[in-house]
Amino acid sequence: MEELCTGLCTILVESGADAGLALFLSLLVGVLLVSGVPLITVILLIWIERKVAARIQDRIGPNRVGPVGLLQTIADMIKLLSKEDITPTAADRILYNAAPLVSFASVVLLWAVIPFTPFHYGVDLEIGALYFVAIASFGTLAIMAAGWASNNKYALLGAFRVVALLVSYEVPLVFALLVPVLLAGSMSLVDIVNAQNGMWFVVLSPLAFVIFYISSQAETGRAPFDLIEAESELVAGFNIEYSGMKFGMFFAAEFLHVFTNGIIMAILFFGGWMGPLYYESPLIAFAWLGAKGGLIYLTTLWLRNTVPRLRIDQIMAFNWKFLVPLSIANLIVVSFVLKVMQELGMAPRDILSAGFGELLPTTIILLLFNGAMIFYLLGILRKRGREARRESQAARAEFAQTAHVAGH
Amino acid sequence: MNVLNEWAFIGLFAVMAPVFPALPIVIAWLFRPRKPNVLKSSTYECGVETIGDTWVQFRVQYYIYGLIFLVFDVEMVFLFPWAVAYNEMSLFGFVAGFLFIFLLTDALFYAWKKNALDWK
Repeated sequence: MEELCTGLCTILVESGADAGLALFLSLLVGVLLVSGVPLITVILLIWIERKVAARIQDRIGPNRVGPVGLLQTIADMIKLLSKEDITPTAADRILYNAAPLVSFASVVLLWAVIPFTPFHYGVDLEIGALYFVAIASFGTLAIMAAGWASNNKYALLGAFRVVALLVSYEVPLVFALLVPVLLAGSMSLVDIVNAQNGMWFVVLSPLAFVIFYISSQAETGRAPFDLIEAESELVAGFNIEYSGMKFGMFFAAEFLHVFTNGIIMAILFFGGWMGPLYYESPLIAFAWLGAKGGLIYLTTLWLRNTVPRLRIDQIMAFNWKFLVPLSIANLIVVSFVLKVMQELGMAPRDILSAGFGELLPTTIILLLFNGAMIFYLLGILRKRGREARRESQAARAEFAQTAHVAGH
Repeated sequence: MNVLNEWAFIGLFAVMAPVFPALPIVIAWLFRPRKPNVLKSSTYECGVETIGDTWVQFRVQYYIYGLIFLVFDVEMVFLFPWAVAYNEMSLFGFVAGFLFIFLLTDALFYAWKKNALDWK
């Protein structure tokens, strides 16, 4: 993007345009190019999501409009265009109308720092990882604004839950994000991908990836964390009062957010564009990123359509009593092992330029520690599960007894 | 592209990003039917007439989670520079980071012991 912008800028200046105007125009072309990727993929994503959900539920899914239903999204968009847009008189008009815009914009903004190939990206911010965290929280703001401005009790309840849920799961998310940043020694997403030349970070710290995966599923408000729009409890959650295209924008933003998280995970843990022959052509590098991100995206869809919804107290307890201590422990263990190995001279200090061979001892030791932690955790979880089962069985037995007595 | 241009790009992106969702909404505004009436533009809720004020007092538990989150949010901002410089530090770098994280984790366990993490 850099070369394109400077190239375009020089051409414009040479042809007699004002320097400031030329810079603005070339930046604008860059912005439109980068944002075009998410805007085009979202049309496809809605179709993929519906098709996958249908297959999991033993249905066929959209198959009428276009070949295998590919044009279904276009048809839906045209339908939404013709829908009446109702703004409740009791709603806070400004916030009510701004919420869908902010919701969608916050997801599109994430794509500004995503490196598609080694040379094609919007910008390579030095604080890319921090930018990701900052922009992702804008989505929370939008949902909260929508729930509050609707002047609807169910929407407001949904908004309360969102704030509690998203804010809580941001803690383990960022602690897990700190692991790749620490390993790469840089917050720039391009550097993080380059640092995985020797070894993918998912191998160095699988636990960090698992924590990041769970928390990003919660950040998008998907099952088992979908109590934001729990249909059976809150009618439709924060977007009850929205109709027409405004509702469509919330819808599209959510779908795009899930895919964006898949891409982010591919960049942070699976080596982004790295893969056989990626240096041959930017198209191959782009295809590798898309394939990895797409695969992670499909697993999130699978998860969404398989697990039931959790209660809010369970979700909160799981986060604060399990995920947060775990993510802190993981960060401490990874940093401790890495430092000791660096002091002993077994691990490279500069992972950015370290090859596979140099990283092998570090990988084996870190994997061992991670494996031990996962083994220990599974033990705890099994024990807690057994306890919970026994409790619920005891409660059920007691209930059956009282019912029996009452019956007579 | 120099640093200033990078942020100019982000700035332009931030201005353009709301335009993409605004565009279909504006197009819809041109086409859609407009037949509002009193009943239609009243609050829908779940179909039944609304009772009482919506903007009610909320559960204190949400506020407590917010407070605990604030501690960690500030902590994380301080941890980012630590993580970036980590590879160049000696063992003391780990000890310093560990102490910092430990002090704040302590607060989490305190809240835990005080039952602030339980949904009441």
